[in-house]
Amino acid sequence: MNPGRHAYHRAAAGIAALALFAFLGPLLYRADPTLVDLAHTTAAMSWAHPLGTDESGRDVLARLMSGGRVSLIVGWSAGLVALVVGTLAGALAASRPRWLAATASRLLDAALAVPAFFVLLVIVTLFGAGTGTLIVAIGATAWMGIGRLVRAETLTLRERDYVAVAVALGESRPRLFLRHVLPHLVPTLTAAATVGVAQAVLTESALSFLGLGVEPPQASWGNMLTGAQQNLGAAPWLALYPGILIVATVLACNALSEAFRRRA
Amino acid sequence: MAGFLVRRVLQGLLVLWLVTTATFLLIHAAPGGPAVLADPKLSAVERQAIEARLGIDQPLATQYLRWHARLLEGDLGRSFLYQTPTLSTVLTRLPNTLALVAASLLLSLVIAVPLGVAVGLAPGGRLDRTVGVINFTSLAIPPFWFGIVAILLVAARWHLLPAGGMVTPGQHDLGDRLAHLALPMAVLALPLSAELIRFLRAAVTGTAAASHVRPAAARGLTRGAVLRRHVLRNTLVPLLTVLGLQIPMLVGGAAVTETVFAWPGMGRLSVEAALGRDYPLVMAIALVVAATVVTANFLLDLAYGWADPRIRSQA
Repeated sequence: MNPGRHAYHRAAAGIAALALFAFLGPLLYRADPTLVDLAHTTAAMSWAHPLGTDESGRDVLARLMSGGRVSLIVGWSAGLVALVVGTLAGALAASRPRWLAATASRLLDAALAVPAFFVLLVIVTLFGAGTGTLIVAIGATAWMGIGRLVRAETLTLRERDYVAVAVALGESRPRLFLRHVLPHLVPTLTAAATVGVAQAVLTESALSFLGLGVEPPQASWGNMLTGAQQNLGAAPWLALYPGILIVATVLACNALSEAFRRRA
Repeated sequence: MAGFLVRRVLQGLLVLWLVTTATFLLIHAAPGGPAVLADPKLSAVERQAIEARLGIDQPLATQYLRWHARLLEGDLGRSFLYQTPTLSTVLTRLPNTLALVAASLLLSLVIAVPLGVAVGLAPGGRLDRTVGVINFTSLAIPPFWFGIVAILLVAARWHLLPAGGMVTPGQHDLGDRLAHLALPMAVLALPLSAELIRFLRAAVTGTAAASHVRPAAARGLTRGAVLRRHVLRNTLVPLLTVLGLQIPMLVGGAAVTETVFAWPGMGRLSVEAALGRDYPLVMAIALVVAATVVTANFLLDLAYGWADPRIRSQA
């Protein structure tokens, strides 16, 4: 993309709009997202149901809002977990003593070659799919990119003069990292973490779509698409709304990340 | 080359060990334990007998070693759902997944290499901007949703291609198979092509500006020769690296795509197994996938030697 000067503001506005829709929307639009009405299934748009009803007669607009809350909370939290784990792992892989750094480095590279999706399946099969489990599981399988970034940047920053000065002054290693390395990483990490949120939203929606994530009756953008796929013939529009919101979220996060990267 | 390959094989073994250990630890951290022990009618003696039979009365370290010994013999347990040895169940589905993944990989290379190079040679041009927007969007589309929309339009509305499955029952010609392959292959190839184009653009832009390219042109080499010998040649090794990093994601994406298109592969099997809480089967699949990815990465490592003589000549 070739964002102009306002790319950052536009992306941030997009994310804010989606968050407002999911978190404040329910205060203005008070339909019950889990109320089943078998007399009015897959209804088209109307005053009572502005976006129609799904295969169980539930209000689509209300479900989009409630599902959006879950998808955004899981996405942001899992992104945060990945950020924390990745930063710690990356710092460890660039630390001393040498054997510790080498071990952490090898493990980090190995973890990058592990097919994350199947590890997620194992975790979900064994532990079930509560929101908490989803956050930890998605975060725990998505930190490797950030880990590599932190390792690479830390190894470069370590060679700077001011770090040598701090070492000479006898600062401890963890303190060295926190005070002299981490602050320089903030712009890069912000950009990487924002992409991480987008990835987490995509992962959550895929798991929920497969029936392995957020479980009905609680809506999520992903599991709304499960019902939609089974009713493609009768109500194709049901497949459009959640998909468009997922795409919008990921686009906004990726655009924001791009803007951060350019400013970094 | 030998030293390089030995290091990479060790790295591959480390990946496998990481997966088996994580799996083992996850089983033991999971609440409950074997379902047979949940029966409240069991007497203490019977309980002990079952525990001894399953070997779970042993210390964790012993169980860990025994588990690995069984894995080495190819015994990955029995599936709860199908009551079959998991390994053979998984291996019958593996070729279908490999076919889908290989086809998508090929398709995305066919799309990405010419486009990526063209865009990299003229950054900022009209083609670059168009491709940039398409890339940015295709990376934001959840593959399963793209699959649903594709089924809706191409299969249900326009009746151009079948909506799912691998063959029409009773038909065995190649055309029918290719028609079934087309949609899932395209869905899986879309995000991969976007990643590859993005990467190639950066690599080609970088190499085209490198100090050895301009003198090559000055020596009177044709534009095509400069491109082939000096620009493309140098993007080959990083391209292999990116492919290696994308393979785990491609296999994960295949699981979702297979489910949407009812493709009878290992990925769809893994989703069914997870839905049925068939954890021996899910784990067997995770291990087979890890082994497949490690093998694929090893083949890429061999390709490194072919692509870069410097690696070949290393001790």
